[in-house]
Order: sequence, then structure tokens, then C-alpha cells
Amino acid sequence: MKIVTFVARRLVGMIAILLVVSFLVFGLLSLAPGDPAVALLGGPSKATPEAISQVRALYHLDEPLLTQYWYWLQGVMRFDFGRSISSQLPVGDAIGERFPITVALAMYSFIITVVIAIPLGLAAGVRRGTRLDRTVTAGSLVGFAAPVFAPAVFLIYVFAVQLGWFPVYGPGKGAIDRIYHLTLPAIALAVGQIAIISRQTRAATMDVATQDYVTFARVRAVPARSVWGGYVLRNAALPVITISGLVLAFSLTGAVLVEQAFALPGLGTLLVSSVNALDIPVIQAITLLTAFVILSFNLIIDVTYFALDPRLRRGVGA
Amino acid sequence: MAFDVRVTDLSLEEPASPSDREGLGVLAWACLGFVVLLAVVAVIAPLIAPYDPYLQVLVDSNQGPSRAHLLGTDELGRDIWSQLIYGTRTALIGPTIVAVGAGLLGTSLGLLTGFRGGWVDGITMRLTEIIYAVPPLIVAIVLVGILGGGYWLAVVVLIFLSTPADVRVVRSAVLAQRELPYVAAARAVGLRGTRVATRHILPNVTPTVSANILLQFVGALVALSGLAFLGLGVAPGTPDWGLMVAENRSNLDINPLAVIAPALLITLLAIAVTILGDRVYELLSGRRSVG
Repeated sequence: MKIVTFVARRLVGMIAILLVVSFLVFGLLSLAPGDPAVALLGGPSKATPEAISQVRALYHLDEPLLTQYWYWLQGVMRFDFGRSISSQLPVGDAIGERFPITVALAMYSFIITVVIAIPLGLAAGVRRGTRLDRTVTAGSLVGFAAPVFAPAVFLIYVFAVQLGWFPVYGPGKGAIDRIYHLTLPAIALAVGQIAIISRQTRAATMDVATQDYVTFARVRAVPARSVWGGYVLRNAALPVITISGLVLAFSLTGAVLVEQAFALPGLGTLLVSSVNALDIPVIQAITLLTAFVILSFNLIIDVTYFALDPRLRRGVGA
Repeated sequence: MAFDVRVTDLSLEEPASPSDREGLGVLAWACLGFVVLLAVVAVIAPLIAPYDPYLQVLVDSNQGPSRAHLLGTDELGRDIWSQLIYGTRTALIGPTIVAVGAGLLGTSLGLLTGFRGGWVDGITMRLTEIIYAVPPLIVAIVLVGILGGGYWLAVVVLIFLSTPADVRVVRSAVLAQRELPYVAAARAVGLRGTRVATRHILPNVTPTVSANILLQFVGALVALSGLAFLGLGVAPGTPDWGLMVAENRSNLDINPLAVIAPALLITLLAIAVTILGDRVYELLSGRRSVG
């Protein structure tokens, strides 16, 4: 299969799923208790008859559901999700304001994760059964099981409250200060991710290292460096790339809890406050954006896989 | 809530050495002991808690640990130790219901789709793909929040969000079994499909199902406490570990134990059940999972 065909196929699948998700996200409005028009106005106190009829016209609430969806979808295509109920800002602006902090947090913690998890996982997989291996395995179990806010409050207590090395709350101003403020949150978010990626790296390394072709290469006295670098690393890289991409895509989930713990004004805290205020347009935008990010990452992972693994191009197994 | 990840790990197996097959092992016994201890505490909480966990004594608020209050008090003067004791209830009940509920639903659907294949399989798989497009915790936050919040609502939502993972795991286990000679033999004798699926295949996927139910417990525990932490789970004032972490955060410099202790308990319970899940899988399948 040519890579273009492959990408095109995946793209079509992705758009189909996005359409279904967008319909479900659109349906959130009718899920909210009471009249959607009242919900969009932000509660019965603001719902004067004039305001209601205005909102009904603006959101086409008197049309059939599918027509409403069509109008809404047309707006979404132009990144127009309506106005936020609580801030009265266009939803796109409200999100644009919060987006950079979440992205910075996710990237920062992803860098920490990769730098720590991949060497650890490799070392544990190569030196299997040693004390190092057991430590990594046990550590990843703890990191995996702990809910994200547990390392967060622990870090706040030790490094912010007790030692005073880092600020407790807030995003900071300017690039350097921002990095400084995001350090503890990024580490808190990284704990679980390190657990997942190191575990997967270890499993992948062990899996490849016990293959016959690796044993055979060693029997042929191929230099150790080439065996590990050329045979093991290259083959172990595939599942590690997959899991790393997924971890990065899913970091928004952890970011919700971390942002809440550190009071960072990111997308996660925006989602929580919007949910509490029943600010449906913002909720819809964030949910759809999440789906878009995750599906795009899936696509990128698949394409990377395809590009890296010649077997897939020849259509031989996975 | 990334259940897939652990399940992939479970599928990387190697033959057991004979010593691994005997019993639970010290670590797993300790984990089981811990879980049983918490369950007993949950049942007899009123007998052992020194105070009513709801009782607000404002003059005693924000205290550090003392003889009267082992772990101090919170902003409203409630006893932290008593809250922790009562917190075992929401920590155990909800996740158990989610794990068993999703386990039953997921296993039936997984058996059906894996064994029958065809359009049933196609539709179910497309549905799980759609559900996987948005992370479960985000869906849970949105649904629980819009529908008005609360512990039981969160439990119900989580059952449905956890089911797809079970379906996938059970389905792939069933697919692997379906090709084995014993299934062909059972069919050749003339047994009906339902009988083959429930009496022959089901027992063989039980290790996967049981291990998965325990892993789902962990996922649900972490998700429910996360929702509580965000203020979307249990009602304000309920003694719940996740909520305690959120409520006592502002008090971290005065009484850190009020935050650290519940966070630690959630983590320990999650670790214990994860280890049990791994061990149960090893024992029932007679194999040792890598890791």
C-alpha cells in the first residue's frame, strides 16, 4: 500500500468519527436540565421573554434538531462555537486564552517523561531481573496506580510549602517565570506518564531482546553496539512511539487534575469551571477539541508506524 | 484510566517456573490483607471512629494532630481520622459496583462479539472506537457535571465508560480461544453456539475477566476520587478521600496530614488491587506475566 492511500484512508475514518463525536457533543445542550434557551442564557434569572426569543433565533432552537446541528456544525468549521455564557467572550477567544498554558504544561511534562522513562525502561529491559529492573518495575507500579492529584499535593507540600523552592499556585509571567511555575505541575503530570512509558519500553526491549534474530546476531559475534543499536532499539522503538503518542494525546486528562491542584488557568480548569457553571458552548468546544487532538495524534502515530516499519508497506502482518 | 496499557502488558507472557504457581505470595497476601482490613473498617466504621465525621466543632477547627484528634481537624473542625475511617465506604463501594457492573456488561458483549463476529462485532467495535476518541475522565467530567453531579451518577456513568475496555479485552481473548481445537470439537459434537460460548470458552477467558475486573476497580477508584477532587463526585461534606484532598488543600501548611493521608490511602489501595489483579491473572492462567 502506498503511504498516500494509507493516509487518505485513515483521514476519511478520522473525519467520520469526528462527525459522530461532534453530533454527540452538540447533543450535550439538550442533555442540560430545562429549556436549552434558558441554559444558554445562564439561568432563569436572566431569561426574560425577549432574551429567550433572541437566543432561540440566534441558535435556531425552533428548527428541527438536525437543522440546528447543521447550523452549529457550520459555525464549528469556522471555529465559531458561540459565546461563553459566563464570560460573554466568543468561545474561541476564551479557549485561545487558556490553550497555551495547557500546551506548555503537556509539552514540558512530556519532555521530562521521555528523558526519564525511555532510558529507565531500556536499562530495565536489558538488565532484566537485576535490582535496577525490580526498582523500575515497582516504581512504575506506584506511579501508575497513584491518582494524578496525589503526586501533585505531595510535591506542593514538600517543594513549595516546606522547602519553599517553588511557587504553590499560579502560572507565572514571562517565559522563564512560566517555566519555573510550571515545573512542579509538569513533574506531577509526568509521574504517571513515566510509569506507563517506562513499563512499555521495558516490555518492548525484553520482547525484542529474546527474539531469535538477536540471539543469532550475538552468536555471529556482531558487535554488542550494533546488536543493541541496530536490532533491539529499532524494533523496540515502534511500540514505544505508539504509547508515547497516546500518552501525549491523553495528557489533557491528567492536566485537568494538575491544573486544578496548582490553580493554573489552563483548558482543564476552564472545563471544570464551565461544567460547574453549565457553560455549554465552552464545554462543547473543549470536548470536541480534545477528540480532534486525540484523533490527530492517532493518525500521526499510525503514519509514523507506517513510515518506520517496512513490513506494513508490503502488507505483511503488523 | 488507561486500561489498555496494562492489559497489553498482561498479554506478554512467559511460562511460569514451578515455584511461582504456589499460592499468592507474601506481597499479594499483604495486599489482600490491606483490602480486607479496609472493607472491615468500612463496615464497622461507626464503632471505631472516635467522632461523627460530619460533626462540625468550629472552635476546634484547623488543629494539628493531638491526643484528642489523632490526625487533627479540618477548617470546619471535623475530625480527620474519623473522616478517613468513613471514607473507606465511598472508596470501596463505588469502584466495586463499577468494576463488577462493567465486568458483567463487558464480558457478555465481549463474548457475543468475539464469538459471533459479523455485524454485531462491527457495530460494537465502531462504538468503542467513538468512545475512545475522548478520554473517559473528560467524558465523565462533562456528563456528570451537566447532569448535576453526585456520587451515584458518577458510578453509573463510569460503568458505561469502563465497559468498552472490558469488551475489547474479553473479545480479543475470545478470538484467541475460538480458533483452538476444543472449540471445534465441542461444535463437532453438536453443541449449540451459546453453550459453547458460556460453558467452554467463558471458563477459559476467566483469568482475563477476573484480572480485568480488579484493574477496572483501580481505574474506577482513581476516576471517582478524581471527580470528587474536582468537586463533581460526592456531595460536599461527605467523608471521602478524594474530596478531603481537595477541601484540605488550603490548609496544607497547618495540617498537611489532612491532605497527605487520604491521597496516600487512595494510592495504597490502588497499588494493592493492581498487584492482586496481576497475581490473580498469573495464578488462574498458570502463567507469569512479565513485570
